[in-house]
Amino acid sequence: MTEFGIGAAVKRKEDFRFLTGRGTYTDDINRPGQLYAWIVRSPHASADIRSVDTDAAKNAPGVVAVFTGADLAADGVGGVPCGWQVTDKHGEPMKEPPHPALVADRVRHVGDQIAVVIAESKDQARDAAELVEVDYAELSPATSIADALKDGAPQVWDEAPGNICYDWELGDQAAVEAAFGQAAHVASIDITNNRLIPNAIEPRAAIGDYDPASGDYTLYTTSQNPHVIRLLMGAFVLSIPEHKLRVYAPDVGGGFGSKIYHYAEEAIVTWAAGKLQRPVKWTAERSESFMSDAHGRDHVTHAELALDGDGKFLALRVHTDANMGAYLSTFAPSIPTYLYALLLAGTYTTPQIYCNVRAVFTNTVPVDAYRGAGRPEATYLLERLVDVAARVTGIDRVEIRRRNFIPKDAFPYQTPVVVQYDSGDYQATLDTALRHAEWDGFEFRRQEAAERGKLRGIGISTYLEACGIAPSAVVGSVGARAGLYESANVRVHPTGSVTVFTGSHSHGQGHETTFSQLVADQLGVPLESVEIVHGDTAKVPFGMGTYGSRSLAVGGTALIKAMDKIIAKGKKIAAHLMEASEADIEFKDGAFTVSGTDKSTTLAEVALTAYVPHNYPIEELEPGLEEQAFYDPTNFTFPGGCHVCEVEVDPDTGVVEVVNFTAVDDVGRVINPMIVEGQVHGGVAQGIGQALLESCAYDQESGQLLTGSYMDYTMPRADNVPSFHVSHEMTLCTHNPLGVKGVGEVGAIGSPPAVINAVVHALEPLGVTDIAMPATPQRVWQAIQAAQTQAAAE
Amino acid sequence: MTITVNMTVNGKDVSAEVEPRTLLVQLLRENLGLTGTHVGCDTSQCGACVVHVDGESVKSCTLLAAQCDGGQVTTIEGLADGDTLHPMQEAFREHHGLQCGFCTPGMVMSAIDLVNRNGAPSETEIREWLEGNICRCTGYHNIVKAIDAGAKSMGG
Repeated sequence: MTEFGIGAAVKRKEDFRFLTGRGTYTDDINRPGQLYAWIVRSPHASADIRSVDTDAAKNAPGVVAVFTGADLAADGVGGVPCGWQVTDKHGEPMKEPPHPALVADRVRHVGDQIAVVIAESKDQARDAAELVEVDYAELSPATSIADALKDGAPQVWDEAPGNICYDWELGDQAAVEAAFGQAAHVASIDITNNRLIPNAIEPRAAIGDYDPASGDYTLYTTSQNPHVIRLLMGAFVLSIPEHKLRVYAPDVGGGFGSKIYHYAEEAIVTWAAGKLQRPVKWTAERSESFMSDAHGRDHVTHAELALDGDGKFLALRVHTDANMGAYLSTFAPSIPTYLYALLLAGTYTTPQIYCNVRAVFTNTVPVDAYRGAGRPEATYLLERLVDVAARVTGIDRVEIRRRNFIPKDAFPYQTPVVVQYDSGDYQATLDTALRHAEWDGFEFRRQEAAERGKLRGIGISTYLEACGIAPSAVVGSVGARAGLYESANVRVHPTGSVTVFTGSHSHGQGHETTFSQLVADQLGVPLESVEIVHGDTAKVPFGMGTYGSRSLAVGGTALIKAMDKIIAKGKKIAAHLMEASEADIEFKDGAFTVSGTDKSTTLAEVALTAYVPHNYPIEELEPGLEEQAFYDPTNFTFPGGCHVCEVEVDPDTGVVEVVNFTAVDDVGRVINPMIVEGQVHGGVAQGIGQALLESCAYDQESGQLLTGSYMDYTMPRADNVPSFHVSHEMTLCTHNPLGVKGVGEVGAIGSPPAVINAVVHALEPLGVTDIAMPATPQRVWQAIQAAQTQAAAE
Repeated sequence: MTITVNMTVNGKDVSAEVEPRTLLVQLLRENLGLTGTHVGCDTSQCGACVVHVDGESVKSCTLLAAQCDGGQVTTIEGLADGDTLHPMQEAFREHHGLQCGFCTPGMVMSAIDLVNRNGAPSETEIREWLEGNICRCTGYHNIVKAIDAGAKSMGG
């Protein structure tokens, strides 16, 4: 390990600009002559639009234009597309209703977009938006999964009877039923995976710009994947060819999935910029973010686990209803299917698994991937269910996990749910986590807490996740409408400094540092001589962006492959310069040497030769030193680990305090441990948020979003979480050259069941066996009261 | 109708014509181009917009520009001395107290005010002080470490 290479906790290159207020986020950008857009949004969850009167708004001070859905339709603007088509269990395609950028006939959730007011100032646009008169005929909404599935429920879409988008299944149902017939024990659980609102702290923003001289469009936007936005918006919504459309996602203030998707506002400002021939800027207020950013989770699940007399898992049977919201967001259909059911083996050898998923339309904001996306839902049900199985069988909850772990010598391991794991050592992560969490000393701590009147509990989660999405042919065969490779272009400049153009995108993950470390390590170039460029389709090659913890496993591999090409070409040039055979050239620490001699030349000298090819093998080799690689992964990567949470519950108030949190994760090779630990910290805080604090709530009758601001939606604050004990065990990914697996989501995946298992453990002496997320003081207090009332009655 | 406001921002006298309803954060971002101060919510909770007015941390989204007439305003852009970071900025860098960077200016400005009031805050005091600053990336772990370290260097 070098000071700046792989494994070094290098301080981040990007921090200086962020710490001095010199970051450039989308809302920090202003274009000459810029106008401001304000979106008129529906206050109703479901209503027919009888008419939209924009006359008063058009005549308001500063207003340049007001556009409605009719204007977009007249101009041939298409709907916002969905990027994944799930085929149901009967072989039929999912129901895929249209998603117009501005709706003209019916609104389907609070916040649905009806019109855009464009004015000289933001205040003028907002003031004028108040003057847009929409005549609504209100309809009853279907607000929750349960409401939408009732007989006679309001229909969100006529083309989706019963509000079913698809009814999908995976696994051998007959084999699972047979295994249940043989079971000595059956553990079952009913789970609601609470709906979450992502809440990256930077609200979404977009600026459309049009150059009449060239006919070129530019969209500045808060995106995790600008090339994906260019493809979706250019090809499907606005019919702008790629070469006339640039999408630039500059500094982006957090994403967590919510900035993957192509949103209507991006198309609206780009289209309007062309129409008005002036730049048009839109920035969401937080209230708009709550009602227009795609939400996450929202599953209702019944799951059962069959066990033999020794506590070995025989079969798992899962039924899940998943909320899609009112429209299909970009990747929504894939989340409760291919990113969920494929994870149901977890870390265990369960031989038979059957999963049935119904995706349900409701009159709510679209639901899509949020940090973890499908894997937290799978992990939560599995790890809660295993705790129930421990109770049902009387086997210790650590022991029952050990008995069912996939052994470390069983890899590659083919699960019954399609995927094949490449590596892992779940006993090792468990052992380390138990040691760090001082699991064995828990009873002493419980006694001590009891003396203070507190109920103390400890919970465990031994999770697995899949990331590095994904082999294009595999995802294509199950409905993905895109490839999922990544790209990198490496430009060695004449004096030996290096610019990397990557299709990955950083919105907090620190690519500029981690990717620079890869270059420093492979090419021997000082860190300060490396520049990482991302986010601008005018600069970077076509790439799929950052989500699903894929940047290093897929984007990093593309970078390694491009550098391999640089080194290969460099060897040819060095061989010519040193009059040696190419086969004798070795490259290490930035120097090409002739094997067995003291002859040596540097990468900088080779680069200069490549650009000033006076003494150069010009017949065999092109000048220049710049290489590009696209990498399509051969498998998912499979991080896993163990999270242990310890809580204290105040029985008088129901308040849960997380007093200790231990995470031991196997994320493969760690490039920058400081950044990796930071990713785990953030993920765990979001997981604790889901378990104890956060829940999106709609009024069941009206479909109003009750948690529409930070006053009503409980974001984790600094005093809601402890300092975390984070460490790593390492098994290498076997199918990428770095051996990396991915770390962006493990914290949010492993932690919620650890927290709830701890809360249930704390309350078990009172007779409580389950508690729903989020375990708020009210819920915990009510569970305690109910258990005590029942105990008194018995 | 516009009004004229005069104040000192990062040591420089500034004067601007604004609407009476203009917020301090709008004046900073839109009139003065100081885009380091961010807006992350509309209910005065996230704290991305924290600046110092007359030496104390305030949420600039909740203060009219007119209320700051004649005041001394310091923003994140006014902390570093050229390339030399303020000790609190340096502590955030050293301890990886930031990821996406969006909440960071508010966090740093808030943290400095904490240390100005309490030179040796405990972990509990730091966490409680940060009630008005939301971070979605870091889980606060490294922010707390950074503020602890920043307090020590500011004191030293």
